[in-house]
Amino acid sequence: MKFVDEFRDGALAQGIARAIHAEAQPHRRYAFMEFCGGHTHAIARYGIPDLLPAHVRMIHGPGCPVCVLPIGRIDLAIYLAVKRGVILCTYGDTLRVPASDGLSLLRAKAQGGDIRMIYSPEDALRIARDNPKREVVLFAIGFETTTPPTAVALMGAEREGLDNFSVLCCHVLTPAAIAHILDSPEVRDLGLVSLDGFIGPAHVSTIIGSQPYEFFAEEYRKPVVIAGFEPLDVMQAILMLVRQVNAGRFAVENEFTRAVSRAGNRRAQALVVECFELRKHFEWRGLGEVPYSALKIRERFARFDAEARFDLAYQPAPDHKACACGAILRGVKQPIDCTLFGTICTPDTPMGSCMVSSEGACAAHYTYGRHRSPA
Amino acid sequence: MKTDYTRPLDLKHGHIDMNHGGGGRAMQQLIRELFAKHLGNDLLAQGNDGTVLPVQPGRLVMSTDSHVITPLFFPGGDIGALAVHGTVNDVAVMGATPLWLSAGFILEEGFPLADLERIVQSMAAAAHGAGVQIVTGDTQVVERGKADGVFITTTGVGVLLDGVNLSGAHARPGDAVLISGTIGDHGMAIMSQRENLQFAAPIVSDSAALNGLTAALIASGTELRLMRDPTRGGLAATLNEIAQQSRCGMTLMEAAIPIQPAVEGACELLGLDPLNIANEGKLIVVCAAASAEATLQTLRAHPLGRNAAQIGSITDDPHHFVQMQTRFGGRRMVDWLSGEPLPRIC
Ligand code: SF4
Repeated sequence: MKFVDEFRDGALAQGIARAIHAEAQPHRRYAFMEFCGGHTHAIARYGIPDLLPAHVRMIHGPGCPVCVLPIGRIDLAIYLAVKRGVILCTYGDTLRVPASDGLSLLRAKAQGGDIRMIYSPEDALRIARDNPKREVVLFAIGFETTTPPTAVALMGAEREGLDNFSVLCCHVLTPAAIAHILDSPEVRDLGLVSLDGFIGPAHVSTIIGSQPYEFFAEEYRKPVVIAGFEPLDVMQAILMLVRQVNAGRFAVENEFTRAVSRAGNRRAQALVVECFELRKHFEWRGLGEVPYSALKIRERFARFDAEARFDLAYQPAPDHKACACGAILRGVKQPIDCTLFGTICTPDTPMGSCMVSSEGACAAHYTYGRHRSPA
Repeated sequence: MKTDYTRPLDLKHGHIDMNHGGGGRAMQQLIRELFAKHLGNDLLAQGNDGTVLPVQPGRLVMSTDSHVITPLFFPGGDIGALAVHGTVNDVAVMGATPLWLSAGFILEEGFPLADLERIVQSMAAAAHGAGVQIVTGDTQVVERGKADGVFITTTGVGVLLDGVNLSGAHARPGDAVLISGTIGDHGMAIMSQRENLQFAAPIVSDSAALNGLTAALIASGTELRLMRDPTRGGLAATLNEIAQQSRCGMTLMEAAIPIQPAVEGACELLGLDPLNIANEGKLIVVCAAASAEATLQTLRAHPLGRNAAQIGSITDDPHHFVQMQTRFGGRRMVDWLSGEPLPRIC
């Protein structure tokens, strides 16, 4: 058992909390967005809001890969499994996401779709090898962290000539989403939302490095601090953001130097460039169409591209009318502002993207933070 | 010609076939040469449609549980031992002494007899260890593909002494919440096997019969309100059940909850919360605050309770929330999980 460590963590956290309280100027309000679902989860799970002064507020960003996956994309995956009889390989947390017609991958599986949970694209390749007579499709979702493994799988399939394997590519890009939020009228023109800085993603940044954020810091004059997923990392990053705001600076700082460099992982980047190119548009659940925000499979790997192979046509499907996810993801609203929160919309019956995964803003608040605003 | 000769079952290389469920000689042989051989006792040997049991003083407690698990064999146990422990524990946490079990088997055509024998042996050992007898049983065979190897349903009967009156509805504000040891061991043992995740040290299931531990607590005479074993849904689900039943709230101290570093690491890796992960040999005890220390001593004196700890206390809360003081100094809710724990990506 490691109780000693845990208490030490707690004591360190209290120390950082004291520094934040001391340095956050009382006449100012600080609103920082953690982009990444991993941070949202850590903040909720460790009760970090309790350690912050009332005028330092965290806004939960759109960095939960499952939450931003639009319904229409899940519909495509379900169509492949149910109507085209493929073996659909998916990550576990995608299984419960609600799609059209009251379906989800989990329900489609119950209705006979051959849908299998995998931990890495390598598992999907193995399933394809083991089932040469079946079509096997990898439902590839996620940000920059999950993209290189998909690239490795594509190359493996090409090398082995695995003709029954293909990828339904739904990989999305972090910087494009941050830019989209900063460009939204609420933030940019109307000044409805004050957004004073970002906590940059941990794992994503190990791949892309800290350099891509330099653009935001300069163009939008917002400080960015890249932080690890440990709660102490998050606290430290908040303190660093407070200090930048106080000093009127807007730089990219790296709290997570133990894993993130300026250039990132060049080998992984090269793999991704070899396999994927930018899509002109991609729909994000909660954000809508975001230009140049996602990847598609390059021509060279076209025979492994499920969209081409099965001649798929994307059909957007809207969320519930009252769902406020879009506004929540831009920091305009909070989960409790949504009329559906906690009644019609719960983690058992999610109506919108933010309630889907425990990393989503609404689910995190429902699961971990409900005691702060009991009905 | 030897008329009374039947070739013995090939327990090394044989398989279950549809005949073994047909009610004929093949089924009789399976029962005789495999089930009765390992599970045999005077009561089972009555051989009638029902077993006649001597009535004990006190009240009877009865509980049933069906067991389906993949893989059937895992570090620290197998479906056979689990089927015995699970039901023994459900009876034991009521404060009762478990005495008898029934066992129903659903076998898939093609299931290796060698595996079945291993499972039945393990049930016999688990029953012996827990001091209970399997007194009646049944087997059915289904076609290949209609089951996953073997499913086992066990029902347990135990005796509850007058004066022992435990219930999930008995927790009161101020009471202490205790756990007998580390959380999440069983669920993570299964998950790491199932998905072939390689961790430095294998995680071992905590599958165990708790009736020794519960008997020690009853005998100690401390002021117990209730006992529960946090199986499916983990600590979080069981504590929420208690809060609902007792119409109270609860505050936990995260830093006090015992967890093995390997389990914590595996949970971290898969994005799971150990509070949602199943246990099969752990006991939650709610007792009067004044009895907390004595109860803790009794738990720790037993081999299954060595890592016991007080993890929180019952509060007065109209919302029946289970809250936790994180080891970080913040507070958060501890909620039921919607559905099975699924790994997160990122
Ligand atoms: S509570 Fe549900 S419906 Fe409302 S914003 Fe959140 S996800 Fe959308």
